[in-house]
Amino acid sequence: MSTDAAETEETPEEKAAASGDEAPTADGADVPQTEAELQARIEELEDTVTTLEREVDDGPMKMTIIATKGTLDMAYPPLILASTAAAFGWDVVVFHTFWGLDILHEEKSSNLQLSSVGNPNMPVPNALAALPGMDRVTTKMMAKKIDDNNTATIEELIEVSLEQGVEMQACQMTIELMDYDEDDFYDDVTVGVGAATALEHMAESDVQLLV
Amino acid sequence: MTDAIDVTETLDVKGASCPMPVVKTKSAIDDLAEGEVLEVLSTDSGSMSDIDGWASGTKGVSLLDQVEDGDLYKHYVEKTA
Repeated sequence: MSTDAAETEETPEEKAAASGDEAPTADGADVPQTEAELQARIEELEDTVTTLEREVDDGPMKMTIIATKGTLDMAYPPLILASTAAAFGWDVVVFHTFWGLDILHEEKSSNLQLSSVGNPNMPVPNALAALPGMDRVTTKMMAKKIDDNNTATIEELIEVSLEQGVEMQACQMTIELMDYDEDDFYDDVTVGVGAATALEHMAESDVQLLV
Repeated sequence: MTDAIDVTETLDVKGASCPMPVVKTKSAIDDLAEGEVLEVLSTDSGSMSDIDGWASGTKGVSLLDQVEDGDLYKHYVEKTA
Protein backbone atom coordinates (compact mmCIF):
# COMPACT_ATOMS: atom_id res chain seq x y z
CA MET A 1 0.00 0.00 0.00
CA SER A 2 3.05 2.23 0.18
CA THR A 3 2.90 2.44 -3.61
CA ASP A 4 -0.39 4.28 -3.21
CA ALA A 5 1.32 7.47 -2.09
CA ALA A 6 3.90 7.35 -4.85
CA GLU A 7 1.30 6.83 -7.52
CA THR A 8 -1.04 9.64 -6.51
CA GLU A 9 1.22 12.13 -8.26
CA GLU A 10 0.43 10.62 -11.64
CA THR A 11 -3.23 10.09 -11.21
CA PRO A 12 -4.51 13.67 -11.17
CA GLU A 13 -2.93 14.33 -14.58
CA GLU A 14 -4.39 11.17 -16.02
CA LYS A 15 -7.79 11.78 -14.55
CA ALA A 16 -7.77 15.30 -15.90
CA ALA A 17 -6.63 14.13 -19.28
CA ALA A 18 -9.22 11.40 -19.41
CA SER A 19 -12.42 13.11 -18.36
CA GLY A 20 -11.94 16.31 -16.44
CA ASP A 21 -14.80 16.48 -13.96
CA GLU A 22 -15.89 12.88 -13.95
CA ALA A 23 -13.06 11.53 -11.82
CA PRO A 24 -14.44 12.72 -8.45
CA THR A 25 -17.53 10.50 -8.90
CA ALA A 26 -15.35 7.68 -7.67
CA ASP A 27 -16.11 9.08 -4.23
CA GLY A 28 -14.40 6.66 -1.91
CA ALA A 29 -15.73 3.75 -3.93
CA ASP A 30 -12.10 3.02 -4.78
CA VAL A 31 -12.64 2.31 -8.44
CA PRO A 32 -9.15 1.66 -9.77
CA GLN A 33 -8.29 4.06 -12.58
CA THR A 34 -4.73 3.28 -13.55
CA GLU A 35 -2.45 0.34 -13.71
CA ALA A 36 -0.72 1.57 -10.55
CA GLU A 37 -4.02 1.83 -8.72
CA LEU A 38 -4.97 -1.64 -9.88
CA GLN A 39 -1.64 -2.90 -8.64
CA ALA A 40 -2.24 -1.27 -5.27
CA ARG A 41 -5.72 -2.75 -5.13
CA ILE A 42 -4.34 -6.22 -5.89
CA GLU A 43 -1.80 -5.86 -3.10
CA GLU A 44 -4.53 -4.74 -0.73
CA LEU A 45 -6.67 -7.74 -1.62
CA GLU A 46 -3.70 -10.07 -1.27
CA ASP A 47 -3.21 -8.78 2.26
CA THR A 48 -6.88 -9.36 3.02
CA VAL A 49 -6.64 -12.93 1.71
CA THR A 50 -3.58 -13.58 3.86
CA THR A 51 -5.38 -12.28 6.93
CA LEU A 52 -8.46 -14.37 6.23
CA GLU A 53 -6.33 -17.45 5.63
CA ARG A 54 -4.66 -16.89 8.98
CA GLU A 55 -8.03 -16.62 10.67
CA VAL A 56 -9.36 -19.75 9.04
CA ASP A 57 -6.16 -21.68 9.49
CA ASP A 58 -6.43 -22.43 13.20
CA GLY A 59 -4.98 -25.90 12.90
CA PRO A 60 -6.12 -28.97 11.00
CA MET A 61 -9.73 -29.97 10.38
CA LYS A 62 -11.21 -32.16 13.08
CA MET A 63 -13.68 -35.02 12.84
CA THR A 64 -15.40 -37.07 15.50
CA ILE A 65 -17.26 -40.26 14.62
CA ILE A 66 -19.42 -42.14 17.09
CA ALA A 67 -19.39 -45.81 16.03
CA THR A 68 -22.25 -47.77 17.58
CA LYS A 69 -22.65 -50.77 15.27
CA GLY A 70 -20.71 -53.99 15.22
CA THR A 71 -21.95 -55.70 12.08
CA LEU A 72 -19.54 -56.28 9.21
CA ASP A 73 -21.24 -53.79 6.90
CA MET A 74 -21.57 -51.07 9.52
CA ALA A 75 -17.96 -51.38 10.66
CA TYR A 76 -16.71 -50.17 7.28
CA PRO A 77 -18.01 -46.58 7.00
CA PRO A 78 -16.38 -45.22 10.18
CA LEU A 79 -13.09 -46.93 9.40
CA ILE A 80 -12.97 -45.80 5.78
CA LEU A 81 -13.84 -42.22 6.67
CA ALA A 82 -11.43 -42.15 9.62
CA SER A 83 -8.46 -43.49 7.66
CA THR A 84 -9.17 -41.21 4.70
CA ALA A 85 -9.61 -38.13 6.89
CA ALA A 86 -6.30 -38.95 8.57
CA ALA A 87 -4.73 -39.03 5.10
CA PHE A 88 -6.06 -35.48 4.63
CA GLY A 89 -4.14 -34.53 7.76
CA TRP A 90 -7.28 -34.17 9.88
CA ASP A 91 -7.39 -34.86 13.60
CA VAL A 92 -9.74 -37.81 13.92
CA VAL A 93 -11.39 -39.35 16.97
CA VAL A 94 -13.63 -42.41 16.68
CA PHE A 95 -15.60 -43.07 19.84
CA HIS A 96 -16.76 -46.70 19.92
CA THR A 97 -19.72 -47.59 22.05
CA PHE A 98 -22.14 -50.52 22.38
CA TRP A 99 -21.59 -52.94 19.47
CA GLY A 100 -19.13 -50.52 17.94
CA LEU A 101 -16.70 -51.85 20.55
CA ASP A 102 -16.48 -55.10 18.57
CA ILE A 103 -14.63 -53.21 15.83
CA LEU A 104 -11.79 -52.57 18.29
CA HIS A 105 -11.97 -56.05 19.84
CA GLU A 106 -8.91 -57.94 18.61
CA GLU A 107 -10.68 -61.28 18.39
CA LYS A 108 -14.12 -60.16 17.30
CA SER A 109 -13.03 -57.60 14.72
CA SER A 110 -11.83 -60.31 12.35
CA ASN A 111 -15.10 -62.16 12.71
CA LEU A 112 -17.80 -59.51 12.43
CA GLN A 113 -21.09 -60.85 11.14
CA LEU A 114 -23.66 -59.57 8.71
CA SER A 115 -27.28 -59.49 9.79
CA SER A 116 -29.50 -61.18 7.21
CA VAL A 117 -32.77 -60.14 8.82
CA GLY A 118 -34.28 -56.75 8.16
CA ASN A 119 -32.08 -56.00 5.19
CA PRO A 120 -34.15 -56.14 2.00
CA ASN A 121 -30.97 -55.99 -0.08
CA MET A 122 -29.96 -59.42 1.16
CA PRO A 123 -30.28 -62.27 -1.33
CA VAL A 124 -32.62 -64.17 1.01
CA PRO A 125 -36.15 -63.23 2.07
CA ASN A 126 -36.62 -62.29 5.72
CA ALA A 127 -38.54 -65.48 6.55
CA LEU A 128 -35.53 -67.54 5.47
CA ALA A 129 -33.00 -65.05 6.80
CA ALA A 130 -34.27 -65.70 10.31
CA LEU A 131 -33.29 -69.38 10.10
CA PRO A 132 -30.39 -70.45 12.29
CA GLY A 133 -27.02 -70.23 10.57
CA MET A 134 -28.25 -67.85 7.87
CA ASP A 135 -26.14 -64.97 9.16
CA ARG A 136 -23.08 -67.14 8.78
CA VAL A 137 -24.01 -67.91 5.18
CA THR A 138 -24.59 -64.29 4.18
CA THR A 139 -21.46 -63.18 6.06
CA LYS A 140 -19.45 -65.75 4.10
CA MET A 141 -20.89 -64.43 0.85
CA MET A 142 -19.96 -60.89 1.83
CA ALA A 143 -16.48 -61.91 2.95
CA LYS A 144 -15.94 -63.57 -0.42
CA LYS A 145 -17.04 -60.41 -2.21
CA ILE A 146 -14.68 -58.35 -0.07
CA ASP A 147 -11.88 -60.72 -0.97
CA ASP A 148 -12.75 -60.81 -4.69
CA ASN A 149 -12.86 -57.02 -4.90
CA ASN A 150 -9.64 -56.57 -2.99
CA THR A 151 -11.52 -54.44 -0.51
CA ALA A 152 -9.47 -53.75 2.58
CA THR A 153 -10.35 -55.96 5.54
CA ILE A 154 -11.57 -54.54 8.85
CA GLU A 155 -8.22 -55.36 10.49
CA GLU A 156 -6.29 -53.65 7.70
CA LEU A 157 -8.39 -50.52 8.09
CA ILE A 158 -7.93 -50.50 11.87
CA GLU A 159 -4.20 -50.92 11.39
CA VAL A 160 -3.83 -48.06 8.89
CA SER A 161 -6.12 -45.84 10.93
CA LEU A 162 -4.06 -46.31 14.08
CA GLU A 163 -0.84 -45.94 12.07
CA GLN A 164 -2.04 -42.60 10.69
CA GLY A 165 -2.81 -41.33 14.16
CA VAL A 166 -6.57 -41.82 14.38
CA GLU A 167 -7.56 -41.87 18.04
CA MET A 168 -9.67 -44.97 18.59
CA GLN A 169 -11.63 -44.66 21.81
CA ALA A 170 -13.53 -47.40 23.60
CA CYS A 171 -16.40 -46.25 25.82
CA GLN A 172 -15.69 -47.35 29.38
CA MET A 173 -19.32 -47.77 30.41
CA THR A 174 -20.10 -50.14 27.52
CA ILE A 175 -16.83 -52.07 28.01
CA GLU A 176 -18.18 -52.96 31.44
CA LEU A 177 -21.74 -53.44 30.23
CA MET A 178 -20.59 -55.90 27.54
CA ASP A 179 -18.26 -57.63 30.00
CA TYR A 180 -15.17 -56.89 27.94
CA ASP A 181 -11.69 -56.51 29.34
CA GLU A 182 -9.46 -53.56 28.44
CA ASP A 183 -6.87 -56.05 27.19
CA ASP A 184 -9.34 -57.39 24.61
CA PHE A 185 -8.76 -54.34 22.42
CA TYR A 186 -6.00 -53.41 19.99
CA ASP A 187 -2.91 -51.96 21.62
CA ASP A 188 -3.29 -48.29 20.74
CA VAL A 189 -6.97 -48.07 21.66
CA THR A 190 -7.83 -45.42 24.27
CA VAL A 191 -9.95 -46.72 27.14
CA GLY A 192 -11.33 -45.00 30.22
CA VAL A 193 -13.39 -42.47 28.29
CA GLY A 194 -17.06 -41.62 28.36
CA ALA A 195 -19.79 -39.46 26.86
CA ALA A 196 -18.26 -36.24 28.17
CA THR A 197 -15.01 -36.96 26.33
CA ALA A 198 -16.96 -37.72 23.17
CA LEU A 199 -18.93 -34.48 23.46
CA GLU A 200 -15.79 -32.48 24.09
CA HIS A 201 -14.30 -33.78 20.84
CA MET A 202 -17.57 -33.31 18.95
CA ALA A 203 -17.81 -29.69 20.09
CA GLU A 204 -14.34 -28.98 18.72
CA SER A 205 -14.91 -30.85 15.47
CA ASP A 206 -15.73 -29.58 12.01
CA VAL A 207 -17.38 -32.90 11.17
CA GLN A 208 -19.40 -35.07 13.56
CA LEU A 209 -20.97 -38.36 12.57
CA LEU A 210 -23.01 -41.02 14.31
CA VAL A 211 -22.71 -44.39 12.63
CA MET B 1 3.31 -33.68 -20.40
CA THR B 2 3.91 -36.77 -18.31
CA ASP B 3 7.29 -37.31 -19.93
CA ALA B 4 8.43 -34.04 -18.44
CA ILE B 5 7.60 -35.07 -14.87
CA ASP B 6 10.63 -36.15 -12.92
CA VAL B 7 9.33 -39.02 -10.77
CA THR B 8 11.16 -39.65 -7.50
CA GLU B 9 9.24 -42.69 -6.23
CA THR B 10 6.55 -44.98 -7.58
CA LEU B 11 3.78 -46.37 -5.39
CA ASP B 12 2.06 -49.46 -6.74
CA VAL B 13 -1.45 -49.84 -5.31
CA LYS B 14 -2.80 -51.88 -8.21
CA GLY B 15 -5.70 -54.04 -7.03
CA ALA B 16 -6.35 -52.03 -3.89
CA SER B 17 -9.66 -50.25 -3.61
CA CYS B 18 -11.02 -47.30 -1.61
CA PRO B 19 -9.70 -45.97 0.71
CA MET B 20 -6.30 -47.64 0.30
CA PRO B 21 -4.98 -45.71 -2.74
CA VAL B 22 -5.42 -42.41 -0.90
CA VAL B 23 -4.25 -43.70 2.48
CA LYS B 24 -1.11 -45.27 1.00
CA THR B 25 -0.42 -42.22 -1.16
CA LYS B 26 -0.44 -40.08 1.97
CA SER B 27 2.01 -42.44 3.73
CA ALA B 28 4.31 -42.49 0.71
CA ILE B 29 4.23 -38.69 0.39
CA ASP B 30 5.23 -38.43 4.05
CA ASP B 31 8.48 -40.20 3.20
CA LEU B 32 9.38 -37.79 0.40
CA ALA B 33 11.21 -34.48 0.60
CA GLU B 34 9.89 -31.14 -0.62
CA GLY B 35 9.94 -30.91 -4.39
CA GLU B 36 9.97 -34.68 -4.92
CA VAL B 37 7.28 -36.35 -7.00
CA LEU B 38 5.33 -39.53 -6.28
CA GLU B 39 3.87 -41.61 -9.07
CA VAL B 40 0.84 -43.64 -7.97
CA LEU B 41 -0.27 -46.62 -10.05
CA SER B 42 -3.83 -47.70 -9.33
CA THR B 43 -6.49 -49.87 -10.95
CA ASP B 44 -9.26 -48.24 -8.92
CA SER B 45 -11.29 -45.99 -11.23
CA GLY B 46 -12.47 -44.06 -8.14
CA SER B 47 -8.87 -43.04 -7.54
CA MET B 48 -9.14 -40.39 -10.27
CA SER B 49 -11.63 -38.42 -8.23
CA ASP B 50 -10.31 -39.48 -4.82
CA ILE B 51 -6.64 -38.55 -5.34
CA ASP B 52 -7.74 -35.27 -6.93
CA GLY B 53 -9.98 -34.50 -3.95
CA TRP B 54 -7.34 -35.57 -1.48
CA ALA B 55 -4.65 -33.43 -3.14
CA SER B 56 -6.81 -30.31 -3.24
CA GLY B 57 -7.89 -30.77 0.37
CA THR B 58 -4.44 -31.52 1.75
CA LYS B 59 -1.75 -29.01 2.54
CA GLY B 60 1.72 -29.46 1.14
CA VAL B 61 0.84 -31.54 -1.91
CA SER B 62 0.12 -30.64 -5.48
CA LEU B 63 -1.42 -32.90 -8.11
CA LEU B 64 0.67 -32.45 -11.25
CA ASP B 65 -1.16 -34.81 -13.57
CA GLN B 66 -3.51 -37.76 -13.84
CA VAL B 67 -3.31 -40.18 -16.73
CA GLU B 68 -5.80 -42.88 -17.65
CA ASP B 69 -4.01 -45.70 -19.41
CA GLY B 70 -6.51 -48.49 -20.12
CA ASP B 71 -7.25 -50.11 -16.76
CA LEU B 72 -4.41 -48.25 -15.12
CA TYR B 73 -4.78 -44.88 -13.48
CA LYS B 74 -1.56 -42.94 -12.95
CA HIS B 75 -1.29 -40.00 -10.61
CA TYR B 76 1.62 -37.61 -10.16
CA VAL B 77 1.76 -35.87 -6.82
CA GLU B 78 4.42 -33.39 -5.79
CA LYS B 79 5.28 -32.71 -2.20
CA THR B 80 5.34 -28.93 -1.98
CA ALA B 81 5.98 -28.39 1.70
